Amino acid sequence: MNAYELIFWLLTVMAISCALGVILSRNPVSSVLFLIATFFAVSGHYILMNAQFLAIVNIIVYAGAIMVLFLFVIMLMNLNADTEPQKNRLVQLAGVVSGGILFLVILAALKSSTNNMLEQTSTDIGLIKNLGKTLFTKFVLPFEIASVLFLSAMIGAVVLGKKGEEGPQTPKGA
Amino acid sequence: MLLLQIDIAFIIEKLILATVILLGSLGIAMYATWGERKVAAIMQDRIGPNRAGPLGLFQPLADGVKLFFKEEIIPDTSTKALFILGPSLAMLTATMTSAVIPWGPDYVTESGRVIALQMADINIGILFIFGVVSLGVYGIMLGGWASNNKFSLLSSIRAAAQAVSYELALGLSLVALLMLTGSLSLREIVAQQHGFWADGYFTWNFFKQPLGFLIFLVCSFAELNRAPFDLAEAESELNMGYHQEYSSMKLGFYLFAEYINMFISSAVIATLFFGGYNFPFMDEVLAGVGQLWFTVICVLVLLTKAICLILFFMFVRWTLPRFRYDQLMKLGWRSLIPLALVNMLITGLVILYVLK
Repeated sequence: MNAYELIFWLLTVMAISCALGVILSRNPVSSVLFLIATFFAVSGHYILMNAQFLAIVNIIVYAGAIMVLFLFVIMLMNLNADTEPQKNRLVQLAGVVSGGILFLVILAALKSSTNNMLEQTSTDIGLIKNLGKTLFTKFVLPFEIASVLFLSAMIGAVVLGKKGEEGPQTPKGA
Repeated sequence: MLLLQIDIAFIIEKLILATVILLGSLGIAMYATWGERKVAAIMQDRIGPNRAGPLGLFQPLADGVKLFFKEEIIPDTSTKALFILGPSLAMLTATMTSAVIPWGPDYVTESGRVIALQMADINIGILFIFGVVSLGVYGIMLGGWASNNKFSLLSSIRAAAQAVSYELALGLSLVALLMLTGSLSLREIVAQQHGFWADGYFTWNFFKQPLGFLIFLVCSFAELNRAPFDLAEAESELNMGYHQEYSSMKLGFYLFAEYINMFISSAVIATLFFGGYNFPFMDEVLAGVGQLWFTVICVLVLLTKAICLILFFMFVRWTLPRFRYDQLMKLGWRSLIPLALVNMLITGLVILYVLK
């Protein structure tokens, strides 16, 4: 076992145990913290694959911005284990069945794929220069379409957020 | 068996460097607290700390000892693990950023060994700083929430919203700079600002990106939670802020992390916009004093620039009144982000039509 494999296994164990922590912990805040730890482990995998840009963007965008907003909402709603609504048995059963089916599909897909061992090659595609060049030449159309999609999502969020302001104006304090 | 090729000399070199950087930033942050009180005193026509040692120079040590000996109180209703994690995270993220700042030029020993005065020259240097800065808010959020106090919670929510909003403008203002430099590595950015004047124009990025610098500076104030953007610790509204329930050295960590952050972001601003360790006529100086003294001078130049910026942060704190929260959000979203976008557009046009 060389250093590369050792780090790989460490990160893998961390990712899976933290991901389990997300769904098993009762307290929503610790769920969020486990999810952040999972992102760090995944970023570690990116760095192992020499994709430094993806690794750091993963941390900035997911751990640094999106999870802060998650935490924000959870703190404002003051959710905790005691006030968690109890779901009835039927819903729980449906969740288990659908989750199990998804797991089966993924397992089958992985098993039937011909190349199930990833080859370890020294690739520089994850470095920012190569990634940018590839995105803006070879994959420019999908890239632009994806950004239009993001733009529409942003506009949608702004429209939804502004909805409350257009109601009848009531004078304050009167 | 581990197949690691370990270069002992390399590890020792980096260990020494890390220790020096850590102790140095702690020391400067310590004396920044003294400096802040002196600056405040002078601006308010008072004397300031003058009891401990000459000019009150031992005041930071006395403060540290006092904080260590205070009673450690963890509130009964708090979430204990997170209550402790909060200040630890604040301190961790404050000290992590210094890893990618180049503190001086490479020093070549007589045997031909190159000693870089930088912990790690990763090719995503600036993004690393961003990543750490964006994690910095967790210390405040977790501490505020875990205290189980309404004022702490309100304060941490304010801090989080402020940090997320201003990160956008911070990032956009840097994009324009990166378009000019064409590199994310801080070492490369500093190397491009060599000297002071070249090819008929200033080499420092401040003269190439004045608007970008302004936006970056304003956003730094907001990211540091410093006046006029210290909404998270508005005493008149929130009693004290997110660290209200903290005592002893945990409170000390929160207060201290702010000063370390201030020093590190001053160093980052100096590196990005004011040429890092470069200074006018540096080639002549190198020829005159030899390499060792040249390296020392370079490090001192960078520290001087950083300290000047720290003083600027302090002057602003004791001059401007605090913003109102809606004004803060309006400034971030409606002024700074459009301004940063316009700056990007102008920079792009200049690169496309003037420089090429």
